[in-house]
Parts: sequence; structure tokens; C-alpha cells
Amino acid sequence: MVMVEVGRFVAMALDTVRVAGRRPYQGREFVRQAWFVVSVSALPTALVAVPFGAVLAMQTGNLIRQFGAQSFTGATAVLGIVREAAPVVTALMIAGVAGSAICADLGARKIREEIDALEVLGLDPLHRLVAPRVAACAVVAPLLNGLVMTAGLSAGYLFNVVAQGGTPGAYLQSFNTLAQLSDLWVSEIKALVFGVTAGLVAAYKGLSAAGGPKGVGQAVNQTVVFASMLLFAENFLISAVYNRLVLS
Amino acid sequence: MVDGLTKSFGRQVIWEDVSLTLPAGEISVLLGPSGTGKSVFLKTMVGLLRPDRGHIWIDGFDLANCAEAKLYELRRLFGVLFQDGALFGSLNLYDNIAFPLREHTKKNEAQVRQIVMEKVELVGLLGAETKLPGEISGGMRKRAGLARALVLDPEIILFDEPDSGLDPVRTAILNQLIVDINAEIEATFLIVTHDINTARTVPDNIGLMFRRELVMFGSREMLLSSDEPVVRQFLNARKHGPIGMSEEKDLSELEAEAEAGYDPGPLPPIPPQLMPSGNKLRRTQRAPGTWLAANGVIPPQGSFVDERGRNWLEEYPRLLNAHLHGIV
Repeated sequence: MVMVEVGRFVAMALDTVRVAGRRPYQGREFVRQAWFVVSVSALPTALVAVPFGAVLAMQTGNLIRQFGAQSFTGATAVLGIVREAAPVVTALMIAGVAGSAICADLGARKIREEIDALEVLGLDPLHRLVAPRVAACAVVAPLLNGLVMTAGLSAGYLFNVVAQGGTPGAYLQSFNTLAQLSDLWVSEIKALVFGVTAGLVAAYKGLSAAGGPKGVGQAVNQTVVFASMLLFAENFLISAVYNRLVLS
Repeated sequence: MVDGLTKSFGRQVIWEDVSLTLPAGEISVLLGPSGTGKSVFLKTMVGLLRPDRGHIWIDGFDLANCAEAKLYELRRLFGVLFQDGALFGSLNLYDNIAFPLREHTKKNEAQVRQIVMEKVELVGLLGAETKLPGEISGGMRKRAGLARALVLDPEIILFDEPDSGLDPVRTAILNQLIVDINAEIEATFLIVTHDINTARTVPDNIGLMFRRELVMFGSREMLLSSDEPVVRQFLNARKHGPIGMSEEKDLSELEAEAEAGYDPGPLPPIPPQLMPSGNKLRRTQRAPGTWLAANGVIPPQGSFVDERGRNWLEEYPRLLNAHLHGIV
């Protein structure tokens, strides 16, 4: 049963990739969906990122001060926010906000038979609806990731300098010592992978919704659960590969 | 057209070995108790679901077993009216109805507008084109869905329970609309429903689904005068007979009924068929009583008499004559 579901999901994912390049390109739908994803997820993401950065600065700041190595707080921000926290926050936001919205939209269309109507009119829903949505998630996720990093680092910096009495110079210098450009790249690659995964899971669950409004609710719920699990697994895998290949 | 079709979900067989031919240009109704897989049948006919076995022949192509690309091509022969109209919620009625034209034809906006407004007028929605599907009643949504199904001039139109969720007045209006549209575009119609009144008055042919099979398919007069217990019970909405609450009654219940001596009663009169409005005739319509006469069946007293007391056995030849002489 589980294998059948996984198989169907993979089949749909491959089909989506296959039809994504087919003409006519769904440019307008893509822009609309990208704007939609941004509009539902940007504000919550920023609001989560700010306290996240502050908490990180507070906890590590306290610990580091006891070692008398206060000038290294900036370095913890690289490790904490850029490499791990930003992609994870992005993942949760993409899965929880964008994924659930996409799943609810497609699920409602499915039970209203709009999807069937589209197919009867000779149009492939994967081409018309799924591909632009997955692409929108894939593009927006790295941008959100950038937003999380900016907001998180700013919050951490302010907290360190203003509340904990650190010096701006020490923060920035230790940040620069540890930070590499590859940290940014891997973070953005993670976000891209998360965006695609969440978009595909949401589309799959939405299109297989059945059994009226209750079915749509269930599909949304499962989207958030499955997408989060998948994203955290992917986060772990990419981090492991990065640490092995690039850092060592 | 449909040959030996079988469909099951998992181990549950929905229906087996369904074979029927939809006569071109005629209106057929597929009738059955709730949950007998009528909607599944309809979705199989347009290839939304694939059957386990069997064939669906359209213009010499097997829709049930063809490649995806061919399937999308064959689907353009179909127009489907879904239960709630299945309009795209983000588009207004005009854009909904124009959608297939904009997708599949190279017509310019002026031509699109002309066709759309023509269909909007046909289904009686003039003035409501700019409304969103969420803002109008269920009956209007169905009519808009019908207009959208019509714009590509389909050869076959499928109706999924056109009467579900509508009050009797709206049902009557929609049924009249279906007959009028058939008179006008002469496509082949298949209506799936469990509304007996629709089945008794609208179609040329009736099929009855029960116990995972097609019990009978034939002309309206044949089914309405049939003595087959299931057909008789369903078409006359009787409590006693093989159909029970849980789809079918078991034998002991049936025996108990037989012992209690329930009589299905005499057959009610066969109502006259719904005529297109404005004294028009449908090209594929047969004169009332044709099947009965050919098979030597005498209809019950009072058959073919409408609410105005006109006997259509006499009225129909008169109307036909008037048409032949160009009076109407």
C-alpha cells in the first residue's frame, strides 16, 4: 500500500518534469503562483526568522561568554543560521504555508470535478496546474531562504551588539573568518530542493483528494506532515554530503 | 459502441460486461439506484478512468485502450456536463465558456465572443456572463457548464445527474433545455440519473443498471412497458421488488414479500415524450407507439396523454404532417 503510494508519487513527479517544458509555456500561471506563494509565506517567514536569530544569539552568546570567547559570536551565526536554521525555517514555511495552500486549492478543484473537466477539455492538469506551481515553489524557496538569512542575521547582530554588549567589529570579523561562499550555495540548494519537494507533495495530495470537503482537509493535513518529514530528511542528507565533500 | 466493459476498484467489482450501443443523435438515459456506478461508467466513457476489460469504440478507435495522445484527441468529440457544472472558480462565466475555444481554436476574440454569446443565449444565461461561479445558483452553474460543454460542437454529450440538487421546476426547465438542444445540434446524448421522471419523459432509449450489470437497454417504450421485476420496480418507484435499501434484498426477504402476496400493481400509463419547444421536431425522434406496435404490446390505458389532454398518438402525426407541408 505504502509502496503503491510512493510509486504513484514518483510517477507523477516524473510526469510533471516531462510536461513542464511542453508548449504553450504556462508563464502567466507561473508568475501568478509565485506571487501567491510569496504573499502567503513572506510575512510569516520573516516573523519566525527574527526571534529565531535572536534566540540563537542569546543562547550561544551566554555560553561563549563563560568561555571568555565573546568575539566568536559572529561565527556561531554562520553555522547556526546560514547552514542549518535558514533552510529548516524555509522548509517548514514552504511545507506548512505554501504546500497547504496549494494542496487545498488543487483538492477543492478535484472534488468540484474541475480537474476532470480540464481533462475532458483535452488539457493535462500536470502541465496546466502542477508544473507552474512546483516551479513557483522552486523559485520562491531560495528567495525565502535569503529572507530568513537576512532577517535572522540582522536579529542576531542587533541582539549581540545592543543587548549583550558585544562589539560590531568582533561580530563581523569572526563571521567573516568562518563564512565561506559555499555555505551560501548549499543553503540555497537545500531551499531549492525543499521547494520542489513541497510543491510536488502538495500537488500529489491535492490531486488525489477524494470524499468531499473532509477529504480535502485530510489531504492538506497529510501534505504538511509528509512534506515536513521529507524536507527534514533531505536537509540531513544534503548537510551530510556537504560536510563530507566540501568541508573535510 | 460500448462492448463488454468491466470496472472494479481493488477487489470490488463495480460493473461487469456492460455492452450497449448509443444510437447516434438520440437521447439515452442510464438509470440505476444510487451507488451502482453510473458516474463511474460516465467517467470511463470519456477515458477519465480506465476499465479493467472491454472496449469503447468511437469512430473506429478504441477509447478504452488507446495511447494518451489519441485519448486527448478523442475527448474533443465529447462534451460533459458534470454534476455541479465543474466551472473554473477563478474565471467568470464568460471566460469559463470561452475557455475551450481559446485553448483549442485559433479564433480571434470577436469570433469567440460571437460563439460564447450564442451559447449563453441558448442556455438562457444572458446578462449573467460576468458573474463568478460562486455567485450564482446551482441550476445556473449547470446551465453554464452545459454552455461550456457545447462550444466546441461535440458529437457526444454526457450529462452526469443533470437533475441532482435541483428543485422540480428547475429540473423541468433543464430537461426541456436538453431536449431543445438535442433538436438543435443533433448530437448523441447520454444522461446518467436516478430521477425517474427524467427517465420516463426525456429520452429515446433507457438503460437500467442494477447488481453490477446493465439489466436492460432499449427504447423508452420497451422499458416502460416491461414486466421485468427490477425494471418495473425502479421505473415506477415501488417499495416492493428486488431493490432494497442495501442495493439488493436477500432471497428470504423476497420470499417473504412473495408470500405476503405483494402485487406490483398494474403498470402506470406511459407518459408522452417531452417535445422540443416551439412545435419543433427532433430529427431522430420516433413516433409514439412505434415500438409498442412493432412488438404487439398494448400500452396501459391513458398512455401518451399529456397534461392538456392531448393524445400524442394522434397529435404526433398531425404535427409531422404540418412539418411536411411547411405549416409550422
